[in-house]
Amino acid sequence: MNESAVPDAPAASSQEVDTCFARFIDVQKSYDGVELVVKGFNLDIQRGEFVTLLGPSGSGKTTCLMMMAGFETPTHGDILLKDQPINGLPPHKRGIGMVFQNYALFPHMTVAENLAFPLEVRHLSKSEIARKVDRALGMVRLEGFGSRRPAQLSGGQQQRVALARALVFEPDLVLMDEPLGALDKNLREEMQYEIKRIHASLGVTMIYVTHDQTEALTMSDRIAVFNDGVVQQLASPQTLYESPENAFVASFIGENNRLMGEVVEHLGKRCEVVLDSGERVVAKPVAAGGIGSRTTLSLRPERVVLLEADDGDGERFDNCFTGTVQEVIYLGDHLRTRLALCGNDEFIIKTPNAEGHPPLRPGQSVTVGWTWQDCRALDA
Amino acid sequence: MSHSSSEPLTTADGVPLKVSLRRAVRRSKLKALLLVSPLLAFLVIAFVMPIFDMLWRSVDNPEVSTHLSRTVEALKGWDGESLPEELAFAALVEDLREGQEERNLGLLSSRLNYEKSGMRSAISRTARRAADLEPPFRESLVEAHRAWGELDTWRLIQREARPYTPSYYLAAVDRQVSPEGEIVKVPAHLEIHVALFWRTFWMSAVITGLTLLLGYPIAYLLATLPLRRSNLLMILVLLPFWTSLLVRTTTWIAILQSQGVLNDMMVAIGMIADEARWQMIHNKVGTIVAMTHILLPFMILPLYSVMKTIPPSYMRAARSLGGKPLLSFRRVYFPLTIPGIAAGGILVFILAIGYYITPALVGGQSGRFITNYIAYHMQTSLNWGLAAAIASILLFVVIVFYLIFNRLIGVDKVKLG
Repeated sequence: MNESAVPDAPAASSQEVDTCFARFIDVQKSYDGVELVVKGFNLDIQRGEFVTLLGPSGSGKTTCLMMMAGFETPTHGDILLKDQPINGLPPHKRGIGMVFQNYALFPHMTVAENLAFPLEVRHLSKSEIARKVDRALGMVRLEGFGSRRPAQLSGGQQQRVALARALVFEPDLVLMDEPLGALDKNLREEMQYEIKRIHASLGVTMIYVTHDQTEALTMSDRIAVFNDGVVQQLASPQTLYESPENAFVASFIGENNRLMGEVVEHLGKRCEVVLDSGERVVAKPVAAGGIGSRTTLSLRPERVVLLEADDGDGERFDNCFTGTVQEVIYLGDHLRTRLALCGNDEFIIKTPNAEGHPPLRPGQSVTVGWTWQDCRALDA
Repeated sequence: MSHSSSEPLTTADGVPLKVSLRRAVRRSKLKALLLVSPLLAFLVIAFVMPIFDMLWRSVDNPEVSTHLSRTVEALKGWDGESLPEELAFAALVEDLREGQEERNLGLLSSRLNYEKSGMRSAISRTARRAADLEPPFRESLVEAHRAWGELDTWRLIQREARPYTPSYYLAAVDRQVSPEGEIVKVPAHLEIHVALFWRTFWMSAVITGLTLLLGYPIAYLLATLPLRRSNLLMILVLLPFWTSLLVRTTTWIAILQSQGVLNDMMVAIGMIADEARWQMIHNKVGTIVAMTHILLPFMILPLYSVMKTIPPSYMRAARSLGGKPLLSFRRVYFPLTIPGIAAGGILVFILAIGYYITPALVGGQSGRFITNYIAYHMQTSLNWGLAAAIASILLFVVIVFYLIFNRLIGVDKVKLG
């Protein structure tokens, strides 16, 4: 799947390919010699890029990060940093900053001592250490907190200290292993912007691991979606959401209606699919096979339009179907309606809470439509 | 709980909430007390009372005032500069006659013999002849035993008439009261306890150090290995724990004695000559080896319980920040284990200085602890006062160590898993 990543590279990194900063080349990892946790991972990271490894737990994303940090050794393949293979290099010689899931701040040291640690082991002078520690604390807006112990800080403050500690020795590459997992929602969003801001102002390269798709979409230049040890798709957030290449990515990123069926005809850029419930749907073939092969149709709820029964503008849509309202959930700015449609009881549509939309009631019959471009025929 | 309803304050304005709360708490407190009362009673009878009995015995001094009551009475007001009046001699004869009839002079003669050697024979010989002694008693007593003609003897009786005595504690630290009433060292050939105290302390310190040295890596493995393997290791650590102490100690005899496994092996591989086998048991080596082995779990378990709480990410963070492995260990991991080291150290040290059976079995003469002398005074010399005094000093040392530990580390850090 990875070769398709090249055209998806964002503008920020679309320079020459040979400025590649860090690479995974065909990396495999097995812990027990029986199963591969990571199966042939390839990734090229440009200098200054923010790359997120996204996937459900156990998908191998953290293992990849740990191999980059040097805490795990690849079973096969090479990891390159600035064109140097670093497979045999111990962690302390890699000069990579890392933010851990639970911050891993040293509890017996003050904040300032925590920040000074990477500088002391590099034998910097006392005055220089003090200067850099102060600057790092300023960067994460924690001036005056230097003499506190980590236990005296809130979760968000600890997170900032951990970030400052990973940056204070000015590494070119910073790894983050689900750093915001322990924070509550508001703080998490605040920290996302904070990290984004620091990334932009320092120009440091970041590899970020998370299982939270919103976080990944908000922060990343590119996202590698992991499942089962394999990268399913590597692309910019927008591409991932708008053009998922397979059923896993479509369902993992954002909400997604799935209709199962069989390809019956290819018409140029379009194809026709007969659903298991018998309806014919015109769709955009993305990863569907030839005629007769099974396919999953993926359709974003916000791309499904609710049609008035009598206004006749169904002409605009390639696909028009009638279903029954099962449930209406009021979400303030929009209504989330669950329909029974085309043999799928979980068909979701989102309608804006705007004038001209009559309220829907369970049991009511409604007609919906969507264009062929919005309906992507993926693998089964 | 009917008594609580009889409280008159419950109806008064403003107070009912407090009162009913107090009552509810009291009720649950009473229940809790009821639940622990069997253990509490057991502890009071089997632990608290013996300790107070021991402390009391270490200063209790009833023998002279009980068995020589007339003599003590007669010596009141005696200046101690010259031999007392005839009256005191007569009273002594009276006391001895009565004691001889009731056959209860044994304790008295032992007691006085601790302070002045020769007093046992003086009392027993005089008591046997007490019935036949004629006045003037001064001459006849001195004739019966020359001790009665010595000023020190009478001073001793006068001094030990007091109900409490420091002399057991003095004896426990190799001191005694001289005839002149000053605290002096006992003669060199009788000095034994202070040296034993020091030996107990330094050997316990060595044993504590060895358990730390051997236990630290094991505790680290226990805390960091995957669960299945660490469970197996934990069983291996606890297995000796479940074996009888006596079995473990005697096993070391089988291994370490001159015809034992270790010596045989070294002879077999030609490391030592057959006639030059090492003496590794019934001396300090034996005690240190056996006790290090026996006390090892008490070091490992507190260390393990502390190490288990240190996430592996700390070391990883230190490494990723550029710390070399050793430096990361010294700056990050080791400081975090200090509470465990202190907890294990205090536990092993306190257990070691009070250990009895292992030094008794494998210590020989040179590897004995002070506890072996407590047992000796309890069972052989029957000087319970001295045994109590030595034991009280040990108790005091333990309490001091405990207080220091509690001040520096906090006793809540001692956990066994």
